[in-house]
Amino acid sequence: MVKNYETVFILTPVLTEEQMKDAVKKFSNYITEHGGEIIHEDLWGLKRMAYPIQKKVNGFYTHFEFKSPSDLIAKLEVEFKRDERILRFLTVSLDKHALDYNERKRNGLIGKKKEERLAAEALSTAPVVDETEEIN
Amino acid sequence: MSTFKPTGTQKFDPKVKYMTPQTMEPMKKKYCRFKKSGIKYIDYKDEKFLMRFVNEQGKVLPRRLTGTSLKYQRKVATAVKRARHLALLPYVADLLKTK
Repeated sequence: MVKNYETVFILTPVLTEEQMKDAVKKFSNYITEHGGEIIHEDLWGLKRMAYPIQKKVNGFYTHFEFKSPSDLIAKLEVEFKRDERILRFLTVSLDKHALDYNERKRNGLIGKKKEERLAAEALSTAPVVDETEEIN
Repeated sequence: MSTFKPTGTQKFDPKVKYMTPQTMEPMKKKYCRFKKSGIKYIDYKDEKFLMRFVNEQGKVLPRRLTGTSLKYQRKVATAVKRARHLALLPYVADLLKTK
């Protein structure tokens, strides 16, 4: 059964930029190769953790939103456990409210006042008028 | 002796001593902020928002203080627990909010 999931994992901060990208790519490839489909990929960057994990104070957070058959999740989590670069991971399945929330967050509609939100919504649905032509 | 009025419009009589202050603000009714503003999903990745539902030690605040309805209190609790797992919120803390 294909369901929507999202996963957040923390990579060790000792990796270089390139190694970091490699690790992220490894897992995104793993999902796509096993019949999943990545909907959104978000690198939060290096973040200070609330408490040290494996004596590391910072961690590199990555967030995936993806669609996949449900038997892939167990395999994916085994991959996470085997990989020494991963400090922590969390995979959750998404219900319809969560999907809606993620969609709106991607469009930048979360965390704004009501008027701003309505304005942004109107802007995104309204046909785009090219103003530069009029000036010329 | 005049009868007690909570509105506070009556004159204060210095001869009468009251155990409790004479003017009492009527208790503000608590409400569930999720029901009121139509929030259906509580994001565990948003630690700043979840900070409103934990105390200085990082414990989840009870419903009787926040006014959250039972349905959303459960969701708040799971969101806080998920955030703790990902080190977005601490499991144990001291002076969490004064920092």
